[in-house]
Amino acid sequence: MYVVVIGAGEVGTSIAASLASDHEVVVVDVDPDRAEQLKYELDVLTIAGDGTSSEIQTAADVGRADMVIACTDNDQTNLVACGTAKTLGGGFTIARVKSTDFLRTWQGSEGAFGVDFMVCTDLLTAENIVRIIGLPAAIDVDPFAGGLVQMAEFEIDEGSPVAGQTVSEADRFESLTFVGLFRDSEMTIPRGDTGIEAGDRAVVIGSPESVQAFATDVAPETTPDDADDIVIVGGSEIGYQAARLLGERELQPRVIERDRDRARWLAEQLPKSVVMEHDATDAEFLTRENVDDADIVVTALGSDEQNLLVSVLVKRLGVDRVIAVVDSPDYVTVFEEIGIDIAINPRTVTAEEITRFTYESVAENIAVLENDQAEVLELELTEGCTLVGRPISELVSEVDARFVIGAITRDHQLVTPRGDTVLQPGDHVILLVDSDSVGAITSMA
Amino acid sequence: MTSGIRVGWRASVGLAGDVLAALPVPLAFPLLVALYYGESSIPFLAAIAVSLALGAAFRSMKDPAEDLGPREAFLAVALIWFLVAAVGAVPFVVAGVGTVAHPVNAMFEAMSGLTTTGATVLVDFSIHSRSVMMWRQVIQWLGGLGILILATAVLSELGVGGAQLMETESQTQDVNKLTPKISRTAQLIWGIYFGLTGLAVAVYFLLGLAVDPQMGLYNAVAHGFTSVATAGFSPEPLSVGAFHPLIQWAVVPFMVVGSTSFVLIYFAINGEPMRLLRNEEFHFYLGAMATLASIVALGLFLDPSVAYGPEATLRHAVFNVASIVTTTGYASTDYVQWAPAAKHMLFMGMFIGGMVGSTTCSIKSLRWLVALKSFRRDLFTAIHPESVRPVRISGKSVDEGAIRDIYAYLLLSIVIFFLLAVVIVVDAERGDVRVTEFEALGAAATTFLNIGPAFGAAGPYGTFATFPMSTRAVMVVLMWIGRIEIIPVLVLFTKAFWTS
Repeated sequence: MYVVVIGAGEVGTSIAASLASDHEVVVVDVDPDRAEQLKYELDVLTIAGDGTSSEIQTAADVGRADMVIACTDNDQTNLVACGTAKTLGGGFTIARVKSTDFLRTWQGSEGAFGVDFMVCTDLLTAENIVRIIGLPAAIDVDPFAGGLVQMAEFEIDEGSPVAGQTVSEADRFESLTFVGLFRDSEMTIPRGDTGIEAGDRAVVIGSPESVQAFATDVAPETTPDDADDIVIVGGSEIGYQAARLLGERELQPRVIERDRDRARWLAEQLPKSVVMEHDATDAEFLTRENVDDADIVVTALGSDEQNLLVSVLVKRLGVDRVIAVVDSPDYVTVFEEIGIDIAINPRTVTAEEITRFTYESVAENIAVLENDQAEVLELELTEGCTLVGRPISELVSEVDARFVIGAITRDHQLVTPRGDTVLQPGDHVILLVDSDSVGAITSMA
Repeated sequence: MTSGIRVGWRASVGLAGDVLAALPVPLAFPLLVALYYGESSIPFLAAIAVSLALGAAFRSMKDPAEDLGPREAFLAVALIWFLVAAVGAVPFVVAGVGTVAHPVNAMFEAMSGLTTTGATVLVDFSIHSRSVMMWRQVIQWLGGLGILILATAVLSELGVGGAQLMETESQTQDVNKLTPKISRTAQLIWGIYFGLTGLAVAVYFLLGLAVDPQMGLYNAVAHGFTSVATAGFSPEPLSVGAFHPLIQWAVVPFMVVGSTSFVLIYFAINGEPMRLLRNEEFHFYLGAMATLASIVALGLFLDPSVAYGPEATLRHAVFNVASIVTTTGYASTDYVQWAPAAKHMLFMGMFIGGMVGSTTCSIKSLRWLVALKSFRRDLFTAIHPESVRPVRISGKSVDEGAIRDIYAYLLLSIVIFFLLAVVIVVDAERGDVRVTEFEALGAAATTFLNIGPAFGAAGPYGTFATFPMSTRAVMVVLMWIGRIEIIPVLVLFTKAFWTS
């Protein structure tokens, strides 16, 4: 594919990086230094200039592009860039926006603004938060095959019953497969005799019920469905959308917002939630309002520093689970290292979603794990593709790639993959692949 | 301007002149009645002459260069209400019959009519001509329409005056979305009012043909004018109690419709009945009425001194509660004879009032609803001081400024109401008239909140003529202030209004 990426910020860079190996990528950025820098970091063509200008777009040869991805930090710029690309005959356009207003307008009449696919950063992040709240022990959860299959990543702590067991010992769940094990940022493809240790992060794929059962097993105290006392700190768009989505699930989180007008607005929009107007870094206030009793606290304040402060504060007060929104990808690890349960980076989430979309010609769906060390792909097998007609055990030994098949759906039914399972055309296969082997696997599908 | 007055008073006076010049149109109706029954037409011709002369004089003062801004509108509203009442008093004075021949009494009767209060100083109804009695009805009908137009069109546009209420209302009922043009909105409201009045007249007349004691065309028209207007004058000394029980039942729905928001009635007529049926103020208002009526009915059943029979007990309870809560002021029986408990229930009912955007007076249900919800919110925030909880009416949140204004209005009303009660007691004492505190409170409420009859001598089958003349003069002023919801009048008495 010939892909033009407009905006070389974190999102643009991340997308360009994951596309660069297999596609022709042109990156446009208004900052010449940034463009220059990227040229050396990635195998891409860079153009310095305003991505909304038809002159610059012509220089990027948008006319022959298969895909134009506008992902600057400015909504309007992205929309105009897509509009311009459409007039130049560019291919499929993807715009990143923050405003849910734009998203609603676009959903109301698809193709509005000349955008073929719109990714709303804040909404996407909020959806992610809500998914994690739904499965509190998980670090990451993604649905596959229309919700029939779930991929989830869990941190195994010392008290967990599976710590110290081998995979085959831990594997006592119907239709659940261990597909990956991360230890000290090293990925292992687990075999039956691989040992699970405390501190590992295990990736499992299976039916939502089995994932839930596994969650109950690895973290019994947090998983039962009583995660109903939720506090959202910060009424940013992400905080608001998360509260709204939780409201749709009949959960009514408490929302703490410092700004008077914003608090009022939130209270008007979230009729059943209790909105409090106060500075959440005030420990005395947090105690008075019994925030320490909350099952989950989500910090979605405007700055990473504030989120860090509040996260640490509520953690010290004794909150079980803290989910923090972290704007800078560099801080994600820092947050998790000091004990914040989950750090969500909106830009990473957005980049993943857009990258996932670019894969969809081959992969139906994709999830990127642990700083792109591995990907979970959903492939629809066609008649005559190399993977069809052979038992899995044969494939694993023959194919020169590191991968594990986690689940198969056939005619909307879940099939638990075993060594002797034979893949058939029309199957949806959900598999974990080492990032370096993605190309090899997708070429076989 | 050198005088230091910064209000374009000439514009206000000019507008009042326009209204006065239009008064001969409604005055023509009793004139026709007089001609039909062969009664003297002099009172109405005199009033027409006065209104034309005053109208012309005021219009000549108009300065086309002055714009009608909010201040000018305040002044105009207050002036119009006062001047129309003054011209309305002319036929009573000129006719020169009975108590209303005295200018203060005539002014009382006209102001009571125009403000749709329904309190009367008439003693003997039979000595007055039919045309003069019909003028009382017409002036009430005008008052009902006038306040609707004023509230819906003028005050909502100014965003002041009935003001805080219209702000609240426009938030909860989308009043501004009725049509983009105010004149068109006023026309729609006018049409509904006209239609409902016509319907009431037709229903009363047709029912009157079927039952005995009969309600002839004259009374059907007279009561049609004052039911939807929730006004309360009746040419009969026994009020609606003079007619067949079936007619009494028939009057109740018209009083209720008159006290329902005309904006919501408009939507209901135009295929959106759910907007009315789901409206919280509507629920509150009907609920309050039903509760009070049940309590009163129960009280009457249990009171051995009242022996109406089951249907009549229920009817009198429902009718008189509806009449008081809707601020109409009709009566089906002399409730002064009831036990104190039932009377006190009626007294409480006086303070409720109908919906905003209706023809009713008093505090109005929306204000109570907002105040109650705000109070409930305060209880919650007492425990959680940082919590932010908007007060919602029908799902929409109410502006905090509007809530403060409503509290201010309630406080101001209570202060004025108690002051008036004190004035009534003291002034009656001075005039050697015995008035109990309860009767004084009732009379204060009924005039200031524009309801109609009170208790004691000023009861439904009594008269306000027993109060000293000076008390009646005070009441005239308070009916005026009460009807245009206090602030538009009080603001005229501030220095800031006239200067800065």
